[in-house]
Amino acid sequence: MDSKLFPEGVQRCSFGKFLIWTAVILAFFLWGLYAAVLVLYNGIGTTGLDNYFGFGAWITFDLAVIALGAGAFFTGLLKYILKIKQLEKIINLTVVVGFICYSGAMLVLTLDIGQPGRAWFGYWHPNVHSMLTEVIFCITCYCTVLIIEFVPLVLEQKQLNKIPFIHALAHNMHVNMALFAGIGAFLSTFHQGSLGGMYGVLIGRPFAFREGFFIWPWTFFLFVLSAVGSGPVFTVLVCTFMEKLTGKKLVDFKTKALMGKIAGTMLTVYMFFKILDTWAWATGYLPSVGLTFDQMFYGMVYGKWLLYTEIVLCGVVPAIMLITPSIRNRPALLYTAAILDCAGVSLNRYIFTVQTIAFPAMPFDKWQVYAPNWVEYASSIMIVAYGFLVLTLVYRYLPLFPQERELN
Amino acid sequence: MHYKEFKIKWGMVIDIDKCTGCGACMVGCQVENNIAPMTKSDPYNYVQALTKPRDDASNKLRTLTWMNVYELSNGKAFPEHETAYLPRPCMQCGNPACVPVCPVVATEKNEEGGIVSQIYPRCIGCRYCMAACPYHARYFNWWDPLWPEGMDKGLSPATSVRPRGVVEKCNFCHSRYLQAKDKARLDGEDPMNLPEGAYTTACADICPTKAITFGDLNNPEHKVHELAKSPHAFRLLEKLGLHPQVYYMSEREWVRKQGDNYNAEAGGHH
Ligand code: SF4
Ligand code: SF4
Repeated sequence: MDSKLFPEGVQRCSFGKFLIWTAVILAFFLWGLYAAVLVLYNGIGTTGLDNYFGFGAWITFDLAVIALGAGAFFTGLLKYILKIKQLEKIINLTVVVGFICYSGAMLVLTLDIGQPGRAWFGYWHPNVHSMLTEVIFCITCYCTVLIIEFVPLVLEQKQLNKIPFIHALAHNMHVNMALFAGIGAFLSTFHQGSLGGMYGVLIGRPFAFREGFFIWPWTFFLFVLSAVGSGPVFTVLVCTFMEKLTGKKLVDFKTKALMGKIAGTMLTVYMFFKILDTWAWATGYLPSVGLTFDQMFYGMVYGKWLLYTEIVLCGVVPAIMLITPSIRNRPALLYTAAILDCAGVSLNRYIFTVQTIAFPAMPFDKWQVYAPNWVEYASSIMIVAYGFLVLTLVYRYLPLFPQERELN
Repeated sequence: MHYKEFKIKWGMVIDIDKCTGCGACMVGCQVENNIAPMTKSDPYNYVQALTKPRDDASNKLRTLTWMNVYELSNGKAFPEHETAYLPRPCMQCGNPACVPVCPVVATEKNEEGGIVSQIYPRCIGCRYCMAACPYHARYFNWWDPLWPEGMDKGLSPATSVRPRGVVEKCNFCHSRYLQAKDKARLDGEDPMNLPEGAYTTACADICPTKAITFGDLNNPEHKVHELAKSPHAFRLLEKLGLHPQVYYMSEREWVRKQGDNYNAEAGGHH
């Protein structure tokens, strides 16, 4: 029915099947939308957040998707600036994934702030000392850059591209893409860093506070490294998931393994510094404020197992797997490492957000346990559903995978 | 770090040994500052029931208690067991954790008196400041403020009422400071050199045991100036380096230890 709209020379499922699939996604989306409307109407009191946990599931979700969306800027940087040619086979997908992650994160943020109508104050009354100001600036600008990078892909849609003007426009945008990749890389590095810096500057929160390096705390660099150490393999996972769903080969394994190698190298660097950082924090900073490493953990919910899972199982292990060619080149092992890697970075964002606040800084205060409620889950699932929807449409109608024809 | 000295430094000295934990300061603060009581149902919101009812005051994690009284225990069994009560307003830190993090400059360290202000119409409700403050002195408006019928007529005209979705906190009853300065000007006195008692906070005023003393820490004529130097005086979490303008006093060593993650072996942080 809509086969005229498909990219040149590819097969897509029937229109009926497509409708059923879309309807399932829409059901999830609408459930989340319902939750989001309730939040906007009734206020954030409807969530599981409270006076202790001003930050919770939404911020964790935001930070995690932003880190995982880092594949877009980092791959773009390697492809356009360092001219690694092979990456062009997956670059379109990284842009789309990045776009979904960032626009999704911005949607969640509008729910998360108490006064969404004032979101633009970040531009109007900026506090140059606040890491969050930097985040607001960079995220909005970078989201715009991602849209600019996304547009030529839309313009390449078979029917649209027949119009001479659009054809020329798409071509010209492509020619200048290196510029946007450069701007994107700059903006993205900064806000990935500022997100980490946000925690590192919390002078009153011994769990997260880190001393500075120039004007930045260590966490600034740790967040950048962890994002580039996981973003590329997240794209690989998305791609593989799409292959499993559609039963087609979309990107050759060599490219995926290259992405694994890139992420693995960055992850290894990250793990080196992360372990050093944890060590210095435990043996240097904590005693200086009268605290011990053991005091930073509590029961099962905030136990040390979280830290070890993050650093060893989901950090060192995937790092070794990804930098070892014989392991990386076996698909099942590459995907396992990628899953561990992404889980580790998400866990890191969770620990930094929730445990930081849960720790009772005042000695007579108590640990608090935070549990998100359905409103927070549903609205986060809405974003995931939104991502599925965008990917579905893009896959069906836009030339996303340059290799698809030759591989199938 | 960013610690700056100002000519006037309003501060409090709270004598823990005098505090009985009666909670009068909490009530005084609530009334003075138009803090909405927590009410379970909102007669104007028809979709409330679709999520969950509003919290009432039994949910202590959602209340707005700018002044909060904590119970301390020495952790020993009877008959050695002892308790103490620690009232906690905003510390008006000299090097506040909350101010530099706010993305929109909605909170500021005021150079006139060193009080940390909160600009409600500018706050976007990101709650970063809450995550930053280790004293839990900042509170978010989870629900639209509601006053039981008739009570709205008893609101103080001097203090603004905050809408849902912004962060609020103790400001040492700033409207009383403004009034005291106005009065000094009318009387031909120097508003920058207020005598003891000309400006005081609601909690200090109402405390039946006079456990809270309020004044200018920099002014030798004010009682707090001396009290803060007492050998029994200490500040909460001194080692983190936030330089609070609220001091506590206790003759009991276990109380002082609990004030600052006391670790005798380790060196200081600053
Ligand atoms: S006590 Fe908390 S809210 Fe008050 S000035 Fe210090 S950091 Fe800010
Ligand atoms: S909640 Fe308001 S005062 Fe606090 S950091 Fe955000 S904008 Fe600033």
